[in-house]
Amino acid sequence: MNNEHQNINTQLSSQEEAKVKEIYEDLAHWHVNTGDQTIHAKRMGGRFRQLKWFTASLWLSYFLAPYLRWDGQQAILFDIPDRQFHLFGLTVHPQDVWLLSLILILMAMVLFGVTAVAGRVFCGYFCFQTVWTDIFTWIEEKIEGNPTQRRKLDQGPLNGDKIKKKLIKHSLWTLIGVLTGVTFAAYFTDAYQLWIDYFTLNAHMSAWIVLGLFTLGTYFLAGWLREQTCLWLCPYARIQGVMYDRTTILPAYDAVRGEPRGKVKDPNRGSCIDCRLCVAVCPTGIDIRQGQQEGCITCGLCIDACDSIMEQVNQPKGLVRYASLNELEGRTDKPLLKRPRVIVYTSIILASFIGVIYGLSTMSAIDWHVLHQRQPLYTMMSDGTVQNKYTFKILNKTESEMRAHVEIKGPSDIAIIGIEDTIVLRADKMVPFDVYLRADPKQLPQEHTGITFILTTQTEPPMTFTYGSVIVRPAR
Amino acid sequence: MSNQRRPEEAPDTGHEWDGIRELTNEPPKWWTICFYASLLWCVVYFILYPSIPLINGPNEGLLGWTSIKEYKAEVAKYDEQRAPYVSKLEGMSAEAILKDQEMLNFANSYTNAIYGDYCAACHGTSGQGAEGRFPTLLDDEWLHGGSIAAIQESVTYGREGQMPAFAGQVSDADIGKLADFVIALSQGNQGSDTDWALYEESGCGMCHADNAKGWTDAGAPNLTDAIWRFGSSKDEVVRTIAHGVNAEGVAETRNAVMPAFEGRLSENDIKLLAVRVWSMGGGQ
Repeated sequence: MNNEHQNINTQLSSQEEAKVKEIYEDLAHWHVNTGDQTIHAKRMGGRFRQLKWFTASLWLSYFLAPYLRWDGQQAILFDIPDRQFHLFGLTVHPQDVWLLSLILILMAMVLFGVTAVAGRVFCGYFCFQTVWTDIFTWIEEKIEGNPTQRRKLDQGPLNGDKIKKKLIKHSLWTLIGVLTGVTFAAYFTDAYQLWIDYFTLNAHMSAWIVLGLFTLGTYFLAGWLREQTCLWLCPYARIQGVMYDRTTILPAYDAVRGEPRGKVKDPNRGSCIDCRLCVAVCPTGIDIRQGQQEGCITCGLCIDACDSIMEQVNQPKGLVRYASLNELEGRTDKPLLKRPRVIVYTSIILASFIGVIYGLSTMSAIDWHVLHQRQPLYTMMSDGTVQNKYTFKILNKTESEMRAHVEIKGPSDIAIIGIEDTIVLRADKMVPFDVYLRADPKQLPQEHTGITFILTTQTEPPMTFTYGSVIVRPAR
Repeated sequence: MSNQRRPEEAPDTGHEWDGIRELTNEPPKWWTICFYASLLWCVVYFILYPSIPLINGPNEGLLGWTSIKEYKAEVAKYDEQRAPYVSKLEGMSAEAILKDQEMLNFANSYTNAIYGDYCAACHGTSGQGAEGRFPTLLDDEWLHGGSIAAIQESVTYGREGQMPAFAGQVSDADIGKLADFVIALSQGNQGSDTDWALYEESGCGMCHADNAKGWTDAGAPNLTDAIWRFGSSKDEVVRTIAHGVNAEGVAETRNAVMPAFEGRLSENDIKLLAVRVWSMGGGQ
């Protein structure tokens, strides 16, 4: 492991000398986050910076999606008053809510699986908190300048320039908050009408509350709380630990290669020249060289920073890189597909994915429940027959009226009473009604005899639905 | 917002436990702010809401709020929502309600409480009655008629079963024979001519009709169907014949009295109850 050390060239050209001087000049500003100072992270380019921009741009779809139309309707609409969820051509009713839980399981498992394999990918690249914070600090940098200038501005006197800059910054932050809020509300009502309602001050009270909460929430969480949210508020940041193992790859500092750290000219140093640029760029203000820690959101920006330095001092990149504990300690990782966690997570993901596909493809136009009367289970009639009462709850989930016919299939002659030959199922409506079955108790083989209701719609093509129930007679 | 000094910089109170020093740091600012805000809120609350116990009850508070007022407002709101449906029900005839499934469902929900209060004690929560004591409302046997009008009449004016006690007038042996005969009738047998002669001679046909099919005007049940008001075993049938129903001065007579609800329930409520009973499964 000392081979690396011998490769270090401590003799630098004058050009490199100047670069190094520049690197160290900033040094005094950067220290580890203790929560008592606003973190002004340095922004610089690199592979992970680009990746972060790309993943952040996926959030644009959040802002645009409410304006999509499908068949003259809003493509994505959570219609709470009507208890419907429209997703393009698909309408999901509360009865299909098990699908939602499967989708949630699917998402949770993808999250867990990805975390087990590659750490807090969600935190680093997709989380609204980190993405919005990233945008907010980007705006801050555009207006107030680089971290050094910002710190100076914060400490400086309140003059015209400071007021102007702060005013612009906070207005832009608020504007993003407002947009975030309006967009969220737009998923629950007609998006275009919502803008009109907001501008004419006619919006529903709940729309104003949503707007207010989201504006304030976005402004404070992304503008003021920033990384403190990840450190103290976010529960997911805390459960990451149980999902990591020795094979999880994370942005990590290769201490074997890097230590002992020292200034460039120190002949005994490892690869780390102790420039603290990795601390400077960290949005949560941690020092990655202290090893795995709760503050790390695995955004990879320290990798960009370190690589740029390694390039300048002519050393191989990757002193800070995505690596597992095993790799850092010189052990080999188990192959990906042989890790128990990967297998378990993948199977649950597959199972719930299949379930969702099954659910979506078999979602029926009618939701039908037949409830057998509990008390009493049967009634004896004057002609010696036994009568059972059932409540039919048929929900027509389509947008058009349907006609249907109901018949009964059982082991003996069973008369169906109280239902018209053709029943009308009104569009998107459920009106329960009672139906009676009458049978000769002598013909019923068991006390509880299984029967099947068959509902056939008079549509083109006809659809048939069955519902299993029982008919009850007194014990002999 | 932090006004905390670090442990190494902060003076302590001199108290130390196992190396843990009690610092003299002030409480956190956010905590202090919350504390004073709570104090302020208490004052505001005392002014706005009843909170100070006085001799004749608490002070009124500027808002004049009380929980009973809030409750009444909620009830009024609920009544207001219901009002259009309730008044629509009032304007509809019983027959019309029975034809309109949505209004029928509303009527059945509306009468849940009335039915529970006035009917369920005897007829059961779903109209199943109590065998031998209170008739079921679910079957198609109606002592006084199963049309909506007859049911409305039964609820309005009440009903009282009447059957004389035959013990003493008819010999015990003949009562036994009569019991066997009517039980056989209810099981689908025709009965012999001598049985029919005894039936007529004893005067049963006066109310139960010559063909034993009953007479609803007199509240006399059909003896040829499978339903028994007071039980179908021979002992029960013998008791009914011997001691009658509501027979005066007979100790073992059957009691069968339905109270009148005229005056206790509004005409509209009675109509809706009749609709409910009719739609329970046996309406004619």
